[in-house]
Amino acid sequence: MSVFEYAPAPESRSIVDIAPSYGLFIDGEFVDGTGESFTTVNPATEEVLTEVSSAGDADVDRAVRAARRAFERTWGPMRPADRGKYLFRIARLLQERAREFAVLESLDNGKPIRESRDVDVPLAAAHFFYHAGWADKLEHAGLGPAPRPLGVAGQVIPWNFPLLMLAWKVAPALATGNTVVLKPAETTPLTALLFAEVCRQADLPPGVVNIVTGAGDTGRAVVEHGDVDKVAFTGSTEVGRSIARAVAGTQKRLSLELGGKAANIVFDDAPIDQAVEGIVQGIFFNQGHVCCAGSRLLVQESIHDEVIASLQRRISTLRVGDPLDKNTDIGAINSAEQLARIRELSDIGEAEGAQRWQPACELPDRGYWFPPTVFTDVSPAHRIARDEVFGPVLSVLTFRTPDEAVAKANNSTYGLSAGIWSEKGSRILKIADQLRAGVVWANTFNKFDPTSPFGGYKQSGYGREGGRHGLAAYLTGDDSK
Amino acid sequence: MTHVLDPDALPGATPAVHAPLPPYDDVIRSDAAFRAFLHGLPGVDQVGAEARAAQLGTRSIKTTSKAWAIDMAISMVDLTTLEGADTPGKVRSLAAKAKQPDPSDPTTPRVAAVCVYGDLAGVAREALAGTGIHVAAVATAFPSGRASRAVKIADVRDAVENGADEIDMVIDRGAFLTGRYLDVYEEIVAVKEACGDAHLKVILETGELKTLDNVRRASWIAMLAGGDFIKTSTGKVSPAATLPVGLVMLEAVRDFRIATGRQIGFKPAGGIRTTKDAVKHLVMINETVGPDWLDPDWFRFGASSLLNDLLLQRQKLRTGHYSGPDYVTVD
Repeated sequence: MSVFEYAPAPESRSIVDIAPSYGLFIDGEFVDGTGESFTTVNPATEEVLTEVSSAGDADVDRAVRAARRAFERTWGPMRPADRGKYLFRIARLLQERAREFAVLESLDNGKPIRESRDVDVPLAAAHFFYHAGWADKLEHAGLGPAPRPLGVAGQVIPWNFPLLMLAWKVAPALATGNTVVLKPAETTPLTALLFAEVCRQADLPPGVVNIVTGAGDTGRAVVEHGDVDKVAFTGSTEVGRSIARAVAGTQKRLSLELGGKAANIVFDDAPIDQAVEGIVQGIFFNQGHVCCAGSRLLVQESIHDEVIASLQRRISTLRVGDPLDKNTDIGAINSAEQLARIRELSDIGEAEGAQRWQPACELPDRGYWFPPTVFTDVSPAHRIARDEVFGPVLSVLTFRTPDEAVAKANNSTYGLSAGIWSEKGSRILKIADQLRAGVVWANTFNKFDPTSPFGGYKQSGYGREGGRHGLAAYLTGDDSK
Repeated sequence: MTHVLDPDALPGATPAVHAPLPPYDDVIRSDAAFRAFLHGLPGVDQVGAEARAAQLGTRSIKTTSKAWAIDMAISMVDLTTLEGADTPGKVRSLAAKAKQPDPSDPTTPRVAAVCVYGDLAGVAREALAGTGIHVAAVATAFPSGRASRAVKIADVRDAVENGADEIDMVIDRGAFLTGRYLDVYEEIVAVKEACGDAHLKVILETGELKTLDNVRRASWIAMLAGGDFIKTSTGKVSPAATLPVGLVMLEAVRDFRIATGRQIGFKPAGGIRTTKDAVKHLVMINETVGPDWLDPDWFRFGASSLLNDLLLQRQKLRTGHYSGPDYVTVD
């Protein structure tokens, strides 16, 4: 190894105070759930962090009724500018307690503190700031002269960005005058429960935000509840499909943000060193647990060898390990279940004839870990070129001409995001126009901003989150049904 | 008088005989070929390079690794004085500091070199005799480089004769910015020849080249022309050694070694004043070109005030508390 070894630089976990058990957050109070409690573990060590209540049907019903009451009595009738004040207050509290949220997120999710500290938490706060500004300006959003809230929003979010996905869901819903019942993912409920505490700290009226923890059954109860006006889901395409089925034929509005298999296209006139950074950021950010991850690298054949050599050299410098260490680049896989899926798909990739490459890296003995992995010689017919792995696994394909790049990039049942690397502006604009993906990044990847709408084509879902477009998912007006 | 921007008019200018290492031995066959080669290097996306440099800057270097980094950084310092007011006395005092940076702690490593103007190289050589500390001299009409080639070559020869074993030259930015890349190349070749056994550091003055694409091209010109080190700045132009510039130059030396097998050193100079800045550079080397460059033979800091901050931080690690400016020596 190098002569320059970095001494451990762990972020102290003493800033978080994890209670031995947590209840549900309904109508402004923490209450026990009627379902069976479950534990949440630190995926980096398999240490049990705490026990969390599970919400049964009756609990979800209580939460929806509380949300309905709040919508009709306090939040709905409130002056929009005052709603904005609450959101600003929440945003500031998220910033004030940023370190606490970051440490808790890394403990519960396994993501490196560098990311929870520099990406997840600041972006979550930014979403609240952004939407706080919209609260009293909705008539100028281009959604009709007097857009109205929908009512109660049932929201189900995934485990990959627990707090950030909460912010993506809660901030626009509240800014537009809706109230929410939110179910965080089973493996990562803790930052949502800390957020509940922030809601209390901000004096948010009871019932405006309700948080019901639990597994799939709890989620189903939220989605299928008869008094929910709007369902918003982020997660797997499989679950998204069943939600779409459950919501079909009801009055409920639905937005889905599902899986992806994004193409990251590197042309021969790309800025190679930055493209390599972008490839790394595209697939290894958050251990690849990113629905818009650049998991399919499409590289022009003429520079394939050069790019792969450069990429492998760069990957060898990635630091895999303790998520709380400030120098860690890649943390733990979120759960044993996810790890099994990553292993299974990687093995299939190898069996199908693709070449697996992994850097020499020592993985901790305990916890769920998977090294950064690159598959070369991948053909569009291979499953690792088609199925979402949702892990640190990159599939490399090649192309010869721009037309072929577009054809291969679009040859996916998904269409959430894509990346283009080229120093030629005209090429970027032309290719971006032809890609069927909700987000197209040029000479960067995995950059998020609350002003920019996010969402997919095809099986990546429908509806947009963020920006002016994202407001439409929570409003009804003369020209937005 | 000959006009500086017209090297063909220079008396006694000899055509370069040096050819770059394979596989680049034919890229200088004509202005057009050289230009095509340099403009064919992969572009640098400035936003991406800045983001990467900033990310490297967030590494947390503590305890044992910090102690190692501080000692390594001290041993890489080119302790510099480049003032019009420099005197033999000032240079001798700097040389004394180079030999014994911290009188309160004899375990403190020595610096790599003392860097002065050419006329004072002899004073430095005498003061440093037998220490192994190098004598670097700036030459070639430093810092502007605005003199005829004959004058520049004479400047280099004078510095070498005075005892400099390292020459820090400046490239002709005027020629570079007008696209006369071959002229820039030939001048470096000529200077290298005049250096004899002395090591040649080629200053790009990146603050005047402005774009990172230019930084990459100028780095390649200097490496192909036989420079032993590429160096960011004179210290007389701001901005000087920024992290993104350093990143691009490190990528250049990395790519050059992969292609030719020859390792080129890197010296950021100007604007690096704190231990934190120095550690960020060491991290950047470690993660961009690797440990082969973590050596004073391959990496230098051109600095004056940096050394005292490194010494203060070193004392802090040793004693557990911060001292102050009176606990390190003025130069």
